[in-house]
Amino acid sequence: MTVDSQGTASAAPQDAPGRAAGKSQTPPSPSGSKEVLQPSRGRRSLPSGLLPYLLVAPALLSMAVLLLYPLIRNVMLSFQQLNRKEFITRETVWIGVDNYTDLLSDSQFWTVVVRSVVFTAVNVALIMAIGTGVGLLLNRLGKKMRLVLSLSLMLAWAMPIIASVTVFRWLFDEQFGVVNWLMRTLGFSGYEQHNWFETGFSTLVIILILLVWGSVPFVALNMYAALTTVGSELYEAAKMDGASGWRTFWSVVFPNLKSFFMITTFLEIIWIFKAFAQVYAMNQGGPDRGSETLPVFAYIEGVGQFHYGVAAAISVLTIVMLIAVMSFYFRLILKQEEEL
Amino acid sequence: MSTTTETPQKLRTRKPLTAGVIAKNLTALVLAVVFVFPVYWMFSSSLKPQHEIMTKDPVFVFTPTFENYTTATGVDLFWTYVQNSLAVTLGAVLLALLVALAASFAIARMKFKGRKGIVLVVMLAQMAPWEVMVIAMYMISRENDMLNSIPMLTLIYFVMVLPFTIWTLRGFIAAVPVELEEAAQIDGCTRGQAFRKVIFPLLAPGLMSTSLFGFITAWNEFAMVLMLNKDRESQTLTRWLTEFQTAFGSDWGATMAASTLFSLPVLIVFLFLQRKAVGGMTAGAVKG
Repeated sequence: MTVDSQGTASAAPQDAPGRAAGKSQTPPSPSGSKEVLQPSRGRRSLPSGLLPYLLVAPALLSMAVLLLYPLIRNVMLSFQQLNRKEFITRETVWIGVDNYTDLLSDSQFWTVVVRSVVFTAVNVALIMAIGTGVGLLLNRLGKKMRLVLSLSLMLAWAMPIIASVTVFRWLFDEQFGVVNWLMRTLGFSGYEQHNWFETGFSTLVIILILLVWGSVPFVALNMYAALTTVGSELYEAAKMDGASGWRTFWSVVFPNLKSFFMITTFLEIIWIFKAFAQVYAMNQGGPDRGSETLPVFAYIEGVGQFHYGVAAAISVLTIVMLIAVMSFYFRLILKQEEEL
Repeated sequence: MSTTTETPQKLRTRKPLTAGVIAKNLTALVLAVVFVFPVYWMFSSSLKPQHEIMTKDPVFVFTPTFENYTTATGVDLFWTYVQNSLAVTLGAVLLALLVALAASFAIARMKFKGRKGIVLVVMLAQMAPWEVMVIAMYMISRENDMLNSIPMLTLIYFVMVLPFTIWTLRGFIAAVPVELEEAAQIDGCTRGQAFRKVIFPLLAPGLMSTSLFGFITAWNEFAMVLMLNKDRESQTLTRWLTEFQTAFGSDWGATMAASTLFSLPVLIVFLFLQRKAVGGMTAGAVKG
């Protein structure tokens, strides 16, 4: 999960950007002399035989049992009629693609799909823009200020998701929330007892703020780490050529960190699109199911409404959408893998 | 080097307060405040006496009290939640490290048929939409009498963090020069010994940062435990966090105290490890 960003949550693969950063600056080979002796590849082709298979077997086996099997079961469930009755009596009723046709002709489903896609797009755009900006700023700050800013970014990053959702609900509390106080102090009227969770839209805005707040540190700190691998000579050269800030960014920074941007963007898309805890814990998808995104929609249809079969179909469709988006990401990484 | 080229450079780096420098630092300061505020507000609210939490205008100066912490930790089953959380998290992370170490070593260092396929599988698994699979997980657990089971939850968390652990460790192992391993083998170590004595110590930062991210994931997990472990005795601290919000109103002081306690291990470990982990990564990258 959900190492999801902050954390799980999602937590947070440092891996990909780290690798990207490493790659951009490290040309080949550990040591030159070695290269001459052993012109093959970095990886040793050892007298392996069965050994590598034995080493990867536990990992593959556990993924097959605990990940692949549930996934297959999930697909099977999506072809069954599985409501409260069948759930309790443990009957298996096959109904073919009915769950899918019902869903695809249901306007509520499409509302949620559009909402999820727009929500993800806006979120990721904001995260990438702000994260990049903060990363660039970190790179140009003095030592002390940089420490202050990165420390506060780290605190936000490390905050567990559920705790941060709880804190945001407290910040935006109707009666005693500090945000209402701040709005009043800034001179906006009407924030006496403003209910921020009154509509699905405003709830989603709060979730958006939470997600941006929690995800920007990951992008910014990794961006900063990646920037330090871009030689400062390049900046100097650009400056001497009289390039403006924008120009420097687009012609020096961006091309150098292209793979960093690609990978981070895709990771964020995936994390935000399947974010569950943030959306569900904030307001249970409410009010009136107005803040449901696809994963939450599946959960509420299933667990809340006892439509387990339909929920399984929703999750299959969610997975299909994710795979469509991810295929691009995979190609990117596989290409890197070849260059390894 | 001549001083004439040196001087302008020096002047440039310690340029005194121009408008640009002020704007830069001011932006950084505002950003720092914005990012840290929720954390600060959580912590400060947790120390406020009840009557200073329930005010329309927030109190910024107050005499700290631990009454919220007493309430938060005084709930039924608190220690059960702590035990369960620790058991599933540590169990999952340790298991994942063990299994991942073997797999990532093979992927990073050995050439074998199907290696690329395995890399692809690990990548795919890393993207697994766990939250949407809760229903299937529920059915499987029910069929096998594994509902409300701590071992089942541990296994699920283990597979949740496994792909990421393999992926990251592989990067760290690849960053250790093969020459070191070979040298050890020339000196008479077996392959296993070379791994234990040479590579393993160098992997310390990698192991720490991967286990940190695994820890956060498992510690945070929400959807699975919500669905699979409905018995209160088998729930984790995430359940405890919501305990102070009832239909009759919320005890925000206790909620914030609970959130603070819940975040504390992660915050401490994160701040402690962050530098080492990042340092290890850059070191790895430089070493190539």
